[in-house]
Amino acid sequence: MSDPTQVCAAPPGRAGQSRTRAWLGVLAVAAVLAVLPFVLGLAGQGWVRIFNFALLYVMLALGLNIVVGFAGLLDLGYIAFYAVGAYAWALLASPHFGLHLPFWAVLPVGVACACLFGVLLGAPTLKLRGDYLAIVTLGFGEIIRIFLNNLNAPVNITNGPQGINRIDPFRVADFTFSRAETIFGMRVTGPEKYYYLLLLLTLLIVAVCVRLQDSRIGRAWEAIREDETAAKAMGINTRNVKLLAFAMGASFGGVAGALFAAMQGFVSPESFSLMESISVLCMVVLGGMGHIPGVILGALLLAVLPEFLRAVVVPTQQMLFGEVVLDPEGIRMLLFGLAMVLVMLFRPAGLWPSAVRKRELARTGGGA
Amino acid sequence: MSEPLLQAQGLSKRFGGLQALSGVGFDIAEGEIYGLIGPNGAGKTTLFNVLTGLYVPESGTCRFAGRELAGMKPHEVAAAGFARTFQNIRLFGNLSAIENVMIGRHARTHAGVLGAILRTPAVRREEAGIEARAHELLDYVGIGGRANDVARSLPYGDQRRLEIARALATEPRLLALDEPAAGMNASETLVLRALIEKIRADGVTVLLIEHDMKLVMGLCDRVLVLEYGKVLACGRPAEVQRDPRVIEAYLGAGAAQHAASAPAGAAP
Repeated sequence: MSDPTQVCAAPPGRAGQSRTRAWLGVLAVAAVLAVLPFVLGLAGQGWVRIFNFALLYVMLALGLNIVVGFAGLLDLGYIAFYAVGAYAWALLASPHFGLHLPFWAVLPVGVACACLFGVLLGAPTLKLRGDYLAIVTLGFGEIIRIFLNNLNAPVNITNGPQGINRIDPFRVADFTFSRAETIFGMRVTGPEKYYYLLLLLTLLIVAVCVRLQDSRIGRAWEAIREDETAAKAMGINTRNVKLLAFAMGASFGGVAGALFAAMQGFVSPESFSLMESISVLCMVVLGGMGHIPGVILGALLLAVLPEFLRAVVVPTQQMLFGEVVLDPEGIRMLLFGLAMVLVMLFRPAGLWPSAVRKRELARTGGGA
Repeated sequence: MSEPLLQAQGLSKRFGGLQALSGVGFDIAEGEIYGLIGPNGAGKTTLFNVLTGLYVPESGTCRFAGRELAGMKPHEVAAAGFARTFQNIRLFGNLSAIENVMIGRHARTHAGVLGAILRTPAVRREEAGIEARAHELLDYVGIGGRANDVARSLPYGDQRRLEIARALATEPRLLALDEPAAGMNASETLVLRALIEKIRADGVTVLLIEHDMKLVMGLCDRVLVLEYGKVLACGRPAEVQRDPRVIEAYLGAGAAQHAASAPAGAAP
């Protein structure tokens, strides 16, 4: 009955041997994840920060994957939920309104708001499919951003394009995540603390995704993606199941947004542009739609690679030519586009596509 | 006589200028195999879609097991115990056969988001039950060995049978099959016929659209003939087969006159 290995990426093995291997794999990954910030820290605290952002993108990609990958609903305005989560934190824990609520109050509010907006977007688009749905969601994403940009008059709610500053960091009792301090004789910086917090939340989201995918709800999403009419005929209430997909996806975006605000200490509407929505969608598509490990890989790659290029390309050029010939910032979008074209040409299902076809369902016995 | 399982009265459906159904009424008794035939475009599939909630009829009522079907959403019709297959097979093509059938269990299971995330003992039991039942149903329709094959990759006849298994997973009282023998060869049709008889023997009423007359006439207890969206005839297969109007609809007016005169000539 018990099957704790399901959280890990390795499929349930044929025999105990592969199960042991799977556990060893999990231990190895856990060990790497545990020491990663200190290793990255050797190259500079900036890298820890970059990795933290990569984890935020993993959360976003996993959330969008529920909507796009599982339920097959193309959403081009997903970043709006990230914005809702971020502004929820910013408004409730900053000097802007003079509110400084604790995380256990703000985080649920942020998630609930994102959920609500997910349903708000989902409800009018229930009957739309494909291109039409994409256009409406794109509009929705822009509407949220433009609202945030303009809600500083007549009553100043969002402080408009200037954004909200001096946002409270994540704080549990007296333990503040933004401050460096010495714990058990080890100096732990702010980004390193945030890393563990983000890692914890990411793992939680991964676990939720894995369990949802392999459940009655996950199957209903897949059914809708495959054939909505047939899904209805099988007794699936497609309205509720779709709204659930939007709400679940949005809630992950809300979590990521709240942490973004806490970590940055500053939010402004320009962080939530259409480009961000498209980036997150690219992560999902590049990694492998509907496949959780693939989506994680896609998010990590696309979040870290540009920074890596920035760090490597400039010094390399300076070394070779004595000056910067090609500014990586200038060709970043070009490389991005090239990567997408190559993936679509050579691996249309993504870098690490779903292996659902090969899945073995044990014929007898309750577990495995 | 007890109340029929399904009782339709005056069902009408119009698509723009086309009156697809006009005033169709019939009733199906529990435990029957009820045939629905008619020339192409007679409105058979439209009737199916109206009954199962995909189309909303302009008028008419349809009582199923004591409840009114008209106005119900498709998923409510399925939950009420009325399952169907599709004329052009509509499986979840990229999923395995077993997953297709497991999805059919949706209406009869309850796990919600929280249950799925926490995977409580009750949810685990339910999941194990879903999987076991799905395997049973695949065996029942005779494709138990194909459980892990992708639905799209199955041979045509097996896809038809998988659709039946998926529909049976919803625990229907009435199973509506839309041309299940289409594209099957003679031996596959025989196997299908045995399957439909087995389904009826296990207490499920069957509504069958079919063009294979041999299958319909051999299998059905009663037959409803539609033409231009109207009921042309209804009755036992033998009666319907002799009905001059039915013969005319299928073979033309000359054939009907010939058929009408033939028995008179044979009996002096």
